[in-house]
Amino acid sequence: MKKLILTFTFAALANGLAAGDWPGFRGPLGNGVSDEVGLPIALDAKKHIAWRIDLPGRGLSSPLVVGDRVFVTASGGTRQDQLQILCLNAADGSVIWQRQFWATGSTVCHNKTSIAAPTPVSDGKRLFAIFSSNDLFCLDLDGNLRWLRGLTVDYPNARNSLGMASSLVLAGGVLVAQVENDSESFTAGLDKQNGANLWKVNRPKSSNWTTAMVQKTKSGAEWVLLQSGKGIHAVNPKNGEVAWHYADGASTIPSSTLAGGVLYVPSHGVTALELADDGKSFRQKWRSSRLRPGTASPLVHRDRVYSLNNAGVLTCGDTDSGKRLWQLRLDGPYGGSPVVADNHLYAFNEEGKVQVVDLSAPEGRIVGEMDLGEMILCSPAVSNGALYVRSNRRIWKIARKTQL
Amino acid sequence: MVLGLASLGQAAAGDFEKSVAALRAVGGEGWGNEAAGRALRQLAKGGADTLPALLAGMDGANPFAANYLRGAVEVIAGNTLAKGGTLPLVELGEFLLNKSHDTKPRALAFELIRRVDASAAEQLIPGFLGDPSVDLRREAVARLLGQAAGLAKAGNKPAAVLLYRQSLDAARDLDQIQTISGALRELGREVNLTRHFGFLVDWQMAGPFHNKDRAGFVAVFGPEKNADLSASYNGMDGKVKWRAYSTDDEYGMVDFNKPYGDLKEVTGYAQTEFVSANDRPAELRLGCKNAWKIWFNGELVFGRDEYHRGMRIDQYQMPVQLKKGSNTILVKACQNEQVEDWTVQWQFQLRVCDATGTAIHSAPTKNRAVAAK
Repeated sequence: MKKLILTFTFAALANGLAAGDWPGFRGPLGNGVSDEVGLPIALDAKKHIAWRIDLPGRGLSSPLVVGDRVFVTASGGTRQDQLQILCLNAADGSVIWQRQFWATGSTVCHNKTSIAAPTPVSDGKRLFAIFSSNDLFCLDLDGNLRWLRGLTVDYPNARNSLGMASSLVLAGGVLVAQVENDSESFTAGLDKQNGANLWKVNRPKSSNWTTAMVQKTKSGAEWVLLQSGKGIHAVNPKNGEVAWHYADGASTIPSSTLAGGVLYVPSHGVTALELADDGKSFRQKWRSSRLRPGTASPLVHRDRVYSLNNAGVLTCGDTDSGKRLWQLRLDGPYGGSPVVADNHLYAFNEEGKVQVVDLSAPEGRIVGEMDLGEMILCSPAVSNGALYVRSNRRIWKIARKTQL
Repeated sequence: MVLGLASLGQAAAGDFEKSVAALRAVGGEGWGNEAAGRALRQLAKGGADTLPALLAGMDGANPFAANYLRGAVEVIAGNTLAKGGTLPLVELGEFLLNKSHDTKPRALAFELIRRVDASAAEQLIPGFLGDPSVDLRREAVARLLGQAAGLAKAGNKPAAVLLYRQSLDAARDLDQIQTISGALRELGREVNLTRHFGFLVDWQMAGPFHNKDRAGFVAVFGPEKNADLSASYNGMDGKVKWRAYSTDDEYGMVDFNKPYGDLKEVTGYAQTEFVSANDRPAELRLGCKNAWKIWFNGELVFGRDEYHRGMRIDQYQMPVQLKKGSNTILVKACQNEQVEDWTVQWQFQLRVCDATGTAIHSAPTKNRAVAAK
């Protein structure tokens, strides 16, 4: 597989991951951008669905790809209290292993979401999976449980009756779990080896479904950028200490994206924060109310920022100024965040329709469409020439026939 | 020696027991995780014949330990079946049928049986109708529902009604109960869902007190200090006294908006007396989309300051110990400042039941007599 050589490939390799892996929410850098080329564009279900596998439970977490394995979580049972983790063979979708655990926390959530809403994360050796019940499991890639936590048992008011959805991130070798809600709201840094709390900080008492970004500085230090209704807190993953706070509020649904040292925050539309090289301060670069995203998180690719609103309008802005450049109407609504690969944006709507937008066209152009026929709420994974996307019932691999 | 370990030999059985003990020793905040991880790796090397003993290890285990043990069960069962082996059906079945074991490992035993012999599993389902495991019970109710629907379709209304009645008596899951009650009503029969669930419908209410800036949740108002029904308190708009309130909502909704109007930034209290026939463990099961606290016999059981994020039956399940005779339940419900249509509700629903969700009914109380007047 021919690949563009981008810096984040090296970053991924340094973490024990392989090039082409998609190890967490919105990929290796958490920004929804892939360095893959050769993905199918003019989509055709007969040609491009490599496989489709039924899942044993519901979910809207994103699939992960590590090496030749695809990992996905789901929840089953009448009370959605059977927490499922599956490992599939990327080549044919066959189940390599499947594990089930009991939920120990609340499995109450809005009907549209699921207990398998947060996306797991992997360091290339282990898989860390959290569920809306705040049950957290560490398994090796062969499905052996290493340790577990039940964060609602530990902290009984850490729950959300609409459901939790913040995905795990790894930063500075620490597993960061954002468990933010209206009551016992916190974020914790956990020891990857045994799940113990390294630190735990109180967070704004407000529901929050966003996922943190990780800033890696030139010196190799990493900072966790926690988003909430109170804005952005830059936190040292080693001890939970706050380096800086952007206090002008932010959305609690779409997450920020980080590109080229600038954090694009869903705040008053989109607010661009230029981060200091050492990660210890920031400067507001611009703000644009005309780039306001809906549920989907914004994307940055090359020198453009893209946001998708709830009506399905894709807006393109300039990363230097925030100036709106063009808009393109897609077929929304969107619950999941789009991804970009090879200068094409892939957006899966809630009715299961995927649209491919050529971002090199002057005002964007829809160049491919395909209907999967089921509600899609996840952000897809992109790996080794393929897209992986899941519904409440199935997971698909979408690729060119020559790559099957 | 532990159940099913006869084949291991004395030394191996001892190691097995030590490993299970390590898993059962895990505690909150990751305590014991490292030792548990090592023990789990050891246990996962075992053969399928250790499965019943691993399931038995879950009896009385805390929820972390139960999941660790399930991790071992999953690996052993998965690896055994992947290699073309089989699971010890008879031993798993005997474990399943022994109701002295905990409900979760019994339901897991059933799932293991179903993985390898769906036909054998099917044969067992009718026996689950009154099972303490709600998951197993559900299987039996589903089968009975199918039979009842078949009878109704064939025009055998009396037999259908009786089967639906039998299934309603056993059903504990809301979706099944609603399906059954709908079918019975279509067949012209009455169903008392309030009684089936055991919702508490007769209350005394006091309010409104303030909840400005959501401060009412932590504020200690008069009813928390003295809940005597003859007491009066300083409320938001003057003196407040207890007043009788009864709900005729099928799902037992206790609605503060009815006596007090659609108020915002307010706190209300409701109390009731529950007369138990004996000392016994029970659960208070609450549904509420407002911030709330609940006291049982004067002791704070739990509270939660979340507003308008959703409500459902049995949203919160809290174990309590009923004492023979009179028990008091006091509920505090806070309404916040939001003005959207979906934030009007200032209400809760509460029932007392056992761990399977079977309603425990109160004997007639003074409150009910007052409410009736």
